[in-house]
Amino acid sequence: MSVSRRKFLGWLGAAGAGVISGGTAKAASNKHFKGYPDSMGVLHDTTLCVGCRSCEAACNKVNALPAPKQDFTDTTVLERKRRTDSSAFTVVNRFKQSESDKQPVFVKKQCNHCLEPACASVCFVGAFKKSPEGAVTYDESVCVGCRYCMIACPFEIPAYEYDKALTPRVVKCTMCHPRVLEGKLPGCVEECPTEALLFGERNKLIKAARKRIARFPERYVDHIYGENEMGGTSWLYLSARSYEQIGMREDLGVTPAPKFTEGILSAVPIVAGLWPVLLTGIYAVSKRKDKVAQEEQSQAVAEAVTQAESQAEVKLKKALVLAKKEKEMAVKKEARKALEKAAKAQKAAEKKAQEEATEK
Amino acid sequence: MSDEAVLNTKPITPPAQSLYTPFNVIAGIILIVGFIITIRRFTGGLDAVTNLNDNYPWGIWIGFDLLAGVALAAGGFVTSAAVYIFGMKRYHSAVRPAILTGFLGYALVVIALHYDVGRPWRLPYPFIAQQGTTSILFEVAACVALYLTVLFIEFSPAAMEWLGLRRARNIVVKLTMLLTIFGVILSTLHQSSLGAMFLMAPSKLHPLWYSSYLPVYFFISSIIAGLSMVIFESSLSHRYFAHKMDEAHLNEKEGIAFGFAKAAALVLFGYFAIKVVGIAMDNNWHYLTTSYGTWFLVEMLGFVALPCFLYAVGAREKNLNLIKWTSALTVFGIVLNRLNICLIAYNYHLPADEKYVPHWMEIAISLFIVTLGVVAFRFIVTRMPILYAHPDYQDEH
Ligand code: SF4
Ligand code: SF4
Ligand code: SF4
Repeated sequence: MSVSRRKFLGWLGAAGAGVISGGTAKAASNKHFKGYPDSMGVLHDTTLCVGCRSCEAACNKVNALPAPKQDFTDTTVLERKRRTDSSAFTVVNRFKQSESDKQPVFVKKQCNHCLEPACASVCFVGAFKKSPEGAVTYDESVCVGCRYCMIACPFEIPAYEYDKALTPRVVKCTMCHPRVLEGKLPGCVEECPTEALLFGERNKLIKAARKRIARFPERYVDHIYGENEMGGTSWLYLSARSYEQIGMREDLGVTPAPKFTEGILSAVPIVAGLWPVLLTGIYAVSKRKDKVAQEEQSQAVAEAVTQAESQAEVKLKKALVLAKKEKEMAVKKEARKALEKAAKAQKAAEKKAQEEATEK
Repeated sequence: MSDEAVLNTKPITPPAQSLYTPFNVIAGIILIVGFIITIRRFTGGLDAVTNLNDNYPWGIWIGFDLLAGVALAAGGFVTSAAVYIFGMKRYHSAVRPAILTGFLGYALVVIALHYDVGRPWRLPYPFIAQQGTTSILFEVAACVALYLTVLFIEFSPAAMEWLGLRRARNIVVKLTMLLTIFGVILSTLHQSSLGAMFLMAPSKLHPLWYSSYLPVYFFISSIIAGLSMVIFESSLSHRYFAHKMDEAHLNEKEGIAFGFAKAAALVLFGYFAIKVVGIAMDNNWHYLTTSYGTWFLVEMLGFVALPCFLYAVGAREKNLNLIKWTSALTVFGIVLNRLNICLIAYNYHLPADEKYVPHWMEIAISLFIVTLGVVAFRFIVTRMPILYAHPDYQDEH
């Protein structure tokens, strides 16, 4: 690695900017969308529904869906609970409190056209749009088919054309958006023989629903389903029984779906901005640690060397001194030896002289 | 550099051996079956080969191939961050194998996605047609696309050394630090975002698995997966490609296993702790007595607490074998966690007979894709300087 710190920081800046301008920052600053105030909706009064399935037939017709396996007049399909699928944008279900329940409840199910739709929020090509008229529409021409919208929809509505190899689509109720734009009623609403389906401005529908509850408090539970569920939906429901009993979840809460991930999306620029700084810091510290370690090491080596050197010097000196001493000693020894020798020689000479003297 | 290692370098043609080795036969069968199912998938649609339905739009191709695949490919960023950013040079020989595993992992994830999405030729649409920036999936797609590119560049020096492109190789090597940092940022973002995708489904994912901490859980568990995969992959490599390894790899191998095991034990401990905090925050204790609760405890005790303990023991007693088996257990645990979130604890409110069970052809395609990865890994390590340093670039580190 031979990168100067300055150069490196420059790169980081560029990298960080790249991430932020990559579009993710925009997502984080997504503003809270409150829904269109005078959009349209439908009020489904389940107490008035007779389970005739005319709405299903009408939906099938106006959307040119494939013919059903069992005819729409055949009510045996109500025996089991159904959900929307790729050939049925809407289904009617029957709920009995017990097997012998003489007054079952019928509930029509379709896309609720949320004010802040989960499906639209999660689609990574923005295929779903909430229109000002109220419908949540789908643009087939951009859909990749990841099916995240199906995972996210809390009402389990979107279905997929799994059987198509080349042009599979996500399908769901369109609230008859094209018909509404032409000033017509949605197909189901038009065909309903009772007042179970009522099309109108959402605000007014809520007022109408309140009025019904106020007028017949013994008939309705005091709750308009869809007024606040998941931040509110364009379809609204009235019921005589708790919604749980008629197959509608009451634990969804009132938080609009986009809120669930708002926090994490706004964390993106933080991560993209903070990480480079932090990581560079750590890198610098570990580099510095390496350097310090290296310096310390070379210092230790140098010290060891000098120490060894001085030790050697001392030794040498000592050796020298020793040698000198030894030399001196040796000299002395030699001298003494010489002296002794000399003395001996002298003694011997004296002795000889004495002996010679006595002989003579 | 010992003579032995020099002898090992640059075998342009692998040693001649019979084509019908057990590995080749099994891999061959899987690839042929996979190829046939591939044709079926793209001519007959998803219905022809999967059990996906309107309640389960995501099956094992997302739960295993995408979610687990991306987590298990985290070894690349974990190892390169440890070595280049945290300066743990003693793990240097683990970088190339980890980057290679990561690169292949991400490439396979992208291949798997082509099977899963309805119209794969539109996969670039989020960037070129219309941007859905409110989507977590958009962030995931952007990060995965960028990170695959980063991994490719990080891997490329090995290929260039093999091909003898010295000049290009030296330029790329100079980018190491920048690529590493970029890789860590991208990984942090998309590993956590894969968890964040499920924040959108509070009513469908069982409360024991759903938590506002999901992104944190996914990120931290990806580090665990990355560390474990490095250990796991290196023990397999050592078994089958030991003749390819140079002295540095052989010498550092044990140190890497011990170091990574210790790190994994620590991260697993932290992971366990924040999981408990998550349960306490949402006050979900009462769910533990239900059948989903039992399953949750199996995951938490058997595949988080147990490997944490085993890793710690293995690192302390320098028990290589224990560490090896623990890494396999941990990898399995991460896969289980992703499958729990995507499939098993998803739609917990539906009756048992409406639950999704993968079609055998879905499993066959997942196997097919894993096999592609193993074959590619083998092809590359027997040719390119992954498990040994190229003699021409010996002393650079
Ligand atoms: S009900 Fe589901 S599909 Fe319909 S708008 Fe709401 S989230 Fe979308
Ligand atoms: S399946 Fe289509 S509409 Fe649904 S989220 Fe994916 S791209 Fe969007
Ligand atoms: S047409 Fe009206 S009454 Fe008949 S099932 Fe549909 S909503 Fe109920």
